[in-house]
Amino acid sequence: MGFAATLGERLFRWRSDGNGPVRLGQRRIFILPTRAGLLYAAALVAMLTGAINYGLALGHALVFLLASLAVVAKFHTFRNLYGLTVTPGRCDPVFVGETASFHLHFANDSDRPRLALELRAGDKGTVSTTRVGASSQGEVVVAVAAGRRGWLELPRVRLSTIYPLGLFVAWSYLQPAMRCLVYPRPLASELPATDAIATAGERRGEGGQEDFSGFRAHQPADSPRHVAWKAVARDAANRPLLVKQFAGGANEELMLDWQLTSDSADSETRIAIVAGWVVAADAEGSRYGLRLPGREIQPDTGPAHRHRCLEALALHPA
Amino acid sequence: MSTRAAEALDRGCAPWLLAAALAATAPHAEHQPLWLSALSAGLFTWGAWLWWTHRRLPGTWPLLLLVALATGGILFEFRTLLGRDAGVAMLVVFMALKLLELGSRRDATVVVTLAYFLLLTHYFYSQSIATGAWLLMAMTLATAALVRLHGGPGIPARSTLRQAGVLLAQSLPFMLALYLLFPRVSGPLWGLPQDAHAARTGLSEQMEPGQIASLAQSGEVAFRARFTGPLPPRDKLYWRGPVLENHDGRRWRPIPGRGQAPRIEALSPPVAYEITLEPHQQRWLLALDAPGALPANFGLAATLTATGREPLTYRQRFDLTATVDFRFNVDEEAGILRRNLALPPGFHPRTRALAEEWARAEADPAAAVGRALALFTRENFFYTLQPPLLGEQPVDEFLFDTRRGFCEHYAAAFVVLMRAAGIPARVVTGYQGGEANPVDGYLVVRQSDAHAWAEVWLAGRGGVRDHPTRAVSPARVEGGGATAVAAGEPLPAMFRLRGDWLRTLRYRWEALENSWNQQVIGYNVQRQRDLMMRFGMADPDWRSMGAALAGIGALMLAVLAAWALWRRDRRDAASRLWATALRKLARHKVNCAPWEPPLQVVRRIEQEAPGLAPAFSPVAMAYIAARYGDRPDMLDDLRAAVAHLP
Repeated sequence: MGFAATLGERLFRWRSDGNGPVRLGQRRIFILPTRAGLLYAAALVAMLTGAINYGLALGHALVFLLASLAVVAKFHTFRNLYGLTVTPGRCDPVFVGETASFHLHFANDSDRPRLALELRAGDKGTVSTTRVGASSQGEVVVAVAAGRRGWLELPRVRLSTIYPLGLFVAWSYLQPAMRCLVYPRPLASELPATDAIATAGERRGEGGQEDFSGFRAHQPADSPRHVAWKAVARDAANRPLLVKQFAGGANEELMLDWQLTSDSADSETRIAIVAGWVVAADAEGSRYGLRLPGREIQPDTGPAHRHRCLEALALHPA
Repeated sequence: MSTRAAEALDRGCAPWLLAAALAATAPHAEHQPLWLSALSAGLFTWGAWLWWTHRRLPGTWPLLLLVALATGGILFEFRTLLGRDAGVAMLVVFMALKLLELGSRRDATVVVTLAYFLLLTHYFYSQSIATGAWLLMAMTLATAALVRLHGGPGIPARSTLRQAGVLLAQSLPFMLALYLLFPRVSGPLWGLPQDAHAARTGLSEQMEPGQIASLAQSGEVAFRARFTGPLPPRDKLYWRGPVLENHDGRRWRPIPGRGQAPRIEALSPPVAYEITLEPHQQRWLLALDAPGALPANFGLAATLTATGREPLTYRQRFDLTATVDFRFNVDEEAGILRRNLALPPGFHPRTRALAEEWARAEADPAAAVGRALALFTRENFFYTLQPPLLGEQPVDEFLFDTRRGFCEHYAAAFVVLMRAAGIPARVVTGYQGGEANPVDGYLVVRQSDAHAWAEVWLAGRGGVRDHPTRAVSPARVEGGGATAVAAGEPLPAMFRLRGDWLRTLRYRWEALENSWNQQVIGYNVQRQRDLMMRFGMADPDWRSMGAALAGIGALMLAVLAAWALWRRDRRDAASRLWATALRKLARHKVNCAPWEPPLQVVRRIEQEAPGLAPAFSPVAMAYIAARYGDRPDMLDDLRAAVAHLP
């Protein structure tokens, strides 16, 4: 562990804050002058020299007032963070290459608004700015680029503010135990050929093409055979073209098997290909299942199933 | 990494910055050359117009060109870029140009810092109450601009201003402590530029006809005096400036050098007074005739003028004494007497002829004095602030043709008459009289009280003050300039005040101004020392004052920290009591979360610490009753139950 990290650990108490709410007390808030503050100080020194040299009584008063202003502003900057409560919120899964959005909830129980709060995850994350009104709550999204599949831990978040005068920066490190699931990057490729599709043995409930389940609006790609001409004829002037819909969608059940991908590709690429199949199959509305080495998910449809499949892929050991 | 969105300047900031910049620069228009003010005003307007019409700011090159042009203009106007005035002009132009370059928050920070800096430059020119008030306003605006800059859009202007006001109000106690306790340094740290102290009105080292008359139209305060005892009568209040002995036919000049110390014979007990001189850029003290003990660095010339080594460049206070009835230099040096008889050849032939005729007719030199004064009384002489222009022989023309003049005409003509009659004489300039302010008891002497009189030397009596103007217009000595001037002549507004309430108002304002000058502006090393000693510091120096400052500063910081850390407890009484009960449980190693339902806590205690259960159950019941029941006195039960908890 490097010196800076050791120092940081000692000084800033970098450790996980868990899942509970974190209240920013005075031990967690650090404060230092900003670059603008240093410029201000330099200007004050020059002004004081001028005031002494020219014997300007009001010049002294001005310099002293400006110096006092900085001191007071420091307390205001501190107070802008002090007593704020931060609670970890949700974080929806994303694909590799997208940006993970960690939601943090702010609760402000004081009767003054907290303005210009800046959050940055890690050392190089983008800065998001927020404010919390007096006696109210707010939510802020901390954006972190998702680079690898699997669990993305929220890096240490630096919550800072330079309000009101920008002469001092007060900051606090937040380390809520938050993680975001990162799905593998889906590689667009053709779904496995029909002969490679295993037809699942048991299929219950949902019918085939004849199992009428409702109408939906016509889209250019729909076959004319499925247009509900009778319904259109009843009130041709006002009714849009409707298409008959059938439950089940497809006859076949897809079993997206790891084995179907090329042996020559490395395992990450194979995972990406399977992820692409999952996304494509889900978009088609097919029933699909997933077979990975050591894991099998029975065919199903719907967002929860899609999540289950992608999660399995995301967490699949390399 | 993308550019930080927070660094960009949002549109709503510009008006604040513009207002702050304008407030910080506008008062300079009063003394800056017109073209500079016009240029800055043009740049301001341009910037405001660009903002209003959503146009792009000009790029680097037009701005560089403007900088070059403005610098050239300033160099041409002031012949330098370094002096005080040129430096201020550069700052003003930079400020105006910076507004055309507002792109990021950093630019805005520079504008506000520059505005703060520019505030200081106003004090080079004025430290009056009005300037102080204006600058406080400008500072509030600049601070509000910073608050707006960092607070972001969407906050009402009123709360931005209020936030700035709160910041400034909280700074005031610190400022006061620093002002009183910060060890003061007297005098400049290094040499000041040539134009550090601009010329101000006041007496000058030489006298020409018409000079004092122009001074007499100014209501500006020359100095203020406060007597320890009663105020001496008005006609004894002669404040002596330079004594002019050298005459070239037109101008009067002092003889350089201090000469021998004068020999003063006091005829009345001395009076003590304190004088506060406005800076007049000259070396004399304007002490009351005849001066007694003088402050260090000042000496008394043979002509009774108290002079120092350095010009008075800032307002200064001195403690002096004077003897208003006196005789001096009864045995004057022959050289000086000879000098006071000299007249330039070829000048004033008619005046000299008249005086020589008097000298022949009268044996006693004092009689010539009487004749001259009688001349002014008898003949048709007028006293006016606007005398006609005089030609090559000013004294002759005044005495025989125009006969209209101000005190310097009379003094000059009188001295020429005396010298021609063989009586040593000289012109004395200074101030006469003054106006007592009933509010604070200070005697205010204005530029309009500037005066010239004559001094003749008579054997056995020494230097004698003669007042030829009095022969024309006795009111001049008794009532001040305003009553002496003929009706219909233009006069400064101050003189025209008639109504009593207006006069009272003026007295009050001037008393306020004076106490501002004395207490606030005049707070210097000496005053600081006095004040510290009054607070019981034995020997105040920078160390003890620094320690006091540190102590008071620490105290104020503690108050501020307490204010910042203070949080109002928003829970109601029942919740607070419940929290107390939970804290007591924690002492017995039963840890409960604040959100745990009371009955569940009771169940847990029955399992984990059965001994506590009998005491705790009533607490839970009372809490539930207080929380959800409708009897108002349940809180008392809860309080009692909590108190019973071990």
